[in-house]
Formats: sequence, C-alpha cells, structure tokens
Amino acid sequence: MEKLCTDPRTRGVSTGTTILAAIFDGGVVIGSDSRASIGGEYVSSKTINKVIQVHDRIFCCMAGSLADAQAVIKAAKFHLSFHSVQMESPPLVIAAASVLKDLCYKNKEELQAGFLTAGWDKKNGPQVYVVSLGGMLISQQVTIGGSGSTFIYGYVDAKYKPNMTKEECLQFATNALALAMGRDNVSGGVAHLVVITEKGVEHVVVPGDKLPRFHDE
Amino acid sequence: MLEETAPEWLSEEVKTGTTIIAIEFNGGVVLGSDSRVSAGASVVNRVMNKLSPLHDKIYCALSGSAADAQTIAEIVNYQLDVHSTEIGEDPQVRSAATLVRNISYKYKEELSAHLIVAGWDRRGGGQVFATLNGLLTRQPFAVGGSGSLYVYGFVDAEYHRGMSRKESQQFVVNTLSLAMNRDGSSGGVAYIVTIDEHGTEEKVILGNQLPTFFDQ
Repeated sequence: MEKLCTDPRTRGVSTGTTILAAIFDGGVVIGSDSRASIGGEYVSSKTINKVIQVHDRIFCCMAGSLADAQAVIKAAKFHLSFHSVQMESPPLVIAAASVLKDLCYKNKEELQAGFLTAGWDKKNGPQVYVVSLGGMLISQQVTIGGSGSTFIYGYVDAKYKPNMTKEECLQFATNALALAMGRDNVSGGVAHLVVITEKGVEHVVVPGDKLPRFHDE
Repeated sequence: MLEETAPEWLSEEVKTGTTIIAIEFNGGVVLGSDSRVSAGASVVNRVMNKLSPLHDKIYCALSGSAADAQTIAEIVNYQLDVHSTEIGEDPQVRSAATLVRNISYKYKEELSAHLIVAGWDRRGGGQVFATLNGLLTRQPFAVGGSGSLYVYGFVDAEYHRGMSRKESQQFVVNTLSLAMNRDGSSGGVAYIVTIDEHGTEEKVILGNQLPTFFDQ
C-alpha cells in the first residue's frame, strides 16, 4: 500500500494514480489514468502518460513519486538495453521486472516508487509482474496499483476471468480504470491502454467523454 | 519478535472495522454485514451480527467503534419505541434515520461510528438512508465500513435500478464476499436481512458457502 506524506510541498509531484495490467488469451493489456497532482489539491498535468516502453514488447506503469519512478525507469532502460546486447536477443519480461526490482530494493530507503511490468516474450508468452514499494517481485495474472486501485479490488476480483479475448480484456480494463477514476480524486483524465501480443504493440487512448458510464452518472 | 508483547486486545479499542451494505429493491430493502470485530490485530468476535433492529421493519447496520455504534442503536431503538407509541402506528424509516442522525451530528466529535438505516414503511416502501458524520441522505444503496473502499468499483458497476428481491440478495452477498476477501478487518460469516411489507427475514451465510472468485 502507498505511504502517504502529509505535506504536498515536500512530497513533490506524485502520480496519485490508478494502474492496471491483465493477461488475456495471447497477450497482455497494461493501462493507467493520466492525472498528476500535487498533494491532491492541484492537478499539475491532465494528460501525463504513465505507461512507459522499456523495450519492444515490454511496458511499465509507474506509481508513487513521479520523480523517483522516472529516475528508476531511466536507469532500468539503460540496464535493459545493455543486457539485451549482451544476450544478443530481446530481453525476457522477467528480466525487465528484475532490473526494476533490484533498483527499488537496493535503494528502498530513498525511493518511493512501485511498478507494474507487462509484456510478451518468446519463452513465456504474456506475463505481468509487480514490483512493490520495498522491492518485492511477484508474478500475477491480473494486478492493480496506485491510490485509485483500492476502489476496484472488488470489481477486478469479480470480473477478471483467465483466458479472455482481447476485446473482453480491453473492455474489462477500460471499465476498471473508469470506475477507479470515478471514485479517486487523484486519478482522472484519459485512459491510456497498451495491448501487447506476439504480433506487436497497439496503443488505445480512451478520452474522458468516451469512458463507460455507470448507473449514477 | 523475540520479546513477549501483551496481546492487542488488552490495549486497543474494539472496532467493528467492517463491511456493511444496504440496498433498496422493488418492494423492500436488503441489508448485509460481515461478522468480524477486531481490537488491533486480534479478532475478538468472529460471529457478531452487525445488523441491529430499530423496529419491526427498520434495521440499522453498524460500523466504526463497536461501543459507539451499539449504544446509538440502543438509544434510537428506545426513542423509536416511544415515538411509535405517541403516533399510534409504525414509524417511518426516515424518522428512525433522523433520530440516528441527530445523535451522530450532536456528538460527532466524541463518536466514531457510522450507521446505515434501512427498512420498509407503508408510505415510502423500501428506503435506505446513510447517516455518515451527521448528514442524512436517502440513497438507492449505501456501503460503509473499512471494507467498503474495496468494493466501490464493483457496486458502481453492478448496481442497477429495478432489481428483484433475489437479485438484490445475491448482489449483497457478492459484495460482502469481495470485501471480506480484501479487507483484513472484515471476515467471518455474512448476515443478511431482507425487509418487505410481508415481514423481516434474517439469514446467515457461512464462510464456506460464500461465493468465490477466479483466484480462490
């Protein structure tokens, strides 16, 4: 769970966010909202992209302190490209997740960043990994993170099914993000989604007015 | 870890740290709650019924500090009894909710309990009222307690108007089950109370009979 700093000025710009990744039959969907806020009082960016590409078929979502997350990802991208040159093949998804985990664990005192890593590789197909705040690394079929995620645990538990089709999984992810953005005041904006399969990578952006609406809206 | 520390229930306040839900359907209401009462990390009661009758067809769901919530319910039960004798007929749900709200608002600094009031009366049919922090608002459904955070997305997505009695009961059970799986302070069994013009039905759903989801 996120640690909360009380004074927004010392905490700096935080992503206060909702991120999600889910495996479907043949690939993986990873997505996030697009709001960056200063302490929950001011939205500093309405359209920030929290889904970062770290390699051809590997994407990451960041949560926690934006500054820490960006710094870690920058270092991770470098490690990963060097690693893939050494191995002479595209890196495995778990390699990307491990690189992030190492950085988070070794610098756990200074950092306040967590990541979801999702991707596709030839050896293990679609995978999702979670690196949490202290540097724990686990693999899951579906995972959510960020401040907005508390509100959608019930929805994700109830609605996620293994081996969905790509369309079903996209709808599930869009719904989950929309529900979280509806309840969490520091998540909002547009929904950024990325679909990763063996064939390639597809970006889907759902603007605020096209997000699904629910009974009370 | 090596030293012996005193058990938490000796020093921690007893909270119901809970999941409660009430929903209106066509002709009545369904209330639901979990059954866990915790004092810090200790579970001091794993079978507490947090659905408390205020009158024959009006119940309330308790959350927050166990002592505060129970006391409010008992006081309102008494006040409602007096009121219903005075008017000579069954009280309205709104009256019960107003009595709860009056106490919650007047003593809002000292109390830390949230009661959801729901019931059936002849004038308005099934009604659900939330009384958080001293406000009074009628809603088609209300969730409360520490576990409710995890199911806001689920209830937002799944609730629709015009559910039948059975659908509403299933909706309540599913919501409780999801919340109990994620919230450390909610658990045990699920208590369901269904109130309509014909009467009040209480039901218990044991832990192993609760619905399970994809990763269980």
